[in-house]
Amino acid sequence: MIINWFRYASPVSFYPLAGRLARVFGVLAAALALIGLWIGLVAAPTDATQGDAYRIIFIHVPTAWMAMIVYVAMAFWSALALGLNARLSAMMAQALAPTGALMAALALWSGAFWGRPTWGTYWAWDARMTSTLILLFLYLGVIALRQSIDDPRRADRASAVLSLVGVVNVPIIYFSVQWWNTLHQGSSISLTAAPKMAMIMLTGLLFMTAAAWCYCIAASLTRVRAIILERERSSGWVASLIGIGTPP
Amino acid sequence: MTRFLEMGGYAWYVWMAYGAVAAVVVAETIALKRRGRRALATARMVQQAAEAGGDSLQMIESKGTR
Repeated sequence: MIINWFRYASPVSFYPLAGRLARVFGVLAAALALIGLWIGLVAAPTDATQGDAYRIIFIHVPTAWMAMIVYVAMAFWSALALGLNARLSAMMAQALAPTGALMAALALWSGAFWGRPTWGTYWAWDARMTSTLILLFLYLGVIALRQSIDDPRRADRASAVLSLVGVVNVPIIYFSVQWWNTLHQGSSISLTAAPKMAMIMLTGLLFMTAAAWCYCIAASLTRVRAIILERERSSGWVASLIGIGTPP
Repeated sequence: MTRFLEMGGYAWYVWMAYGAVAAVVVAETIALKRRGRRALATARMVQQAAEAGGDSLQMIESKGTR
């Protein structure tokens, strides 16, 4: 089967596809989150040293991962937008920024409420926490920069450049627990070693992570549809979409 | 049920964290629905104006949301 991927590089054919995909990923996110929440809050036993406060990791770890992954995705679409001058790529980057910012904020917030009972403090200027705070500021900077430029194509290029400059922060966050020996502990899950946690806890974490992935995809696809409409509203294909004028 | 809500004495921390995630997911979902509806309504306005007579299009374009 040959799929012509370039067909979907055009907003005309991507708009309905994004709508269908957003619904699928939204339903998946809800189903996975229900299972994940049940495992995380009910089925998984209380942790021997952290008590029930450890249950915060089931939302902290997925939101922290998504904050980084969404940023890399935003930088990827920004690079395509700059390199190929593709307007749909720029719209994808624009659609990802608010969801990524929310994920970064939730990671910091949930981390604070985990840190207080576990470390004894809501906040410290620890390497990982500080670099994650910078990630949130980068997202806010990208959003604010776009808002401050009236011409959408110029705004695309400016925010793409800022996104690409900021991507240097992602490996810094990832390796911060190895490079600097501050408060935040090292990772409990790695691709190269056995996970340092009980099987049921790991299962719950994986379900919540999958749910967070699907949620971020659904949210950004829904947002990109609105952005496409906002930016292409004068075009002929939008006219036929809403049933005005002659179909092409 | 009360035992579940108490979270072994960590209720404040656990529910503040989970509550924030729930609030963000609900708020973002509502905001996205509204943004999509508004974008569609503005597009309809612009297109109808264009059909009625091209010269009012510029005026509506400048009034619409970005």
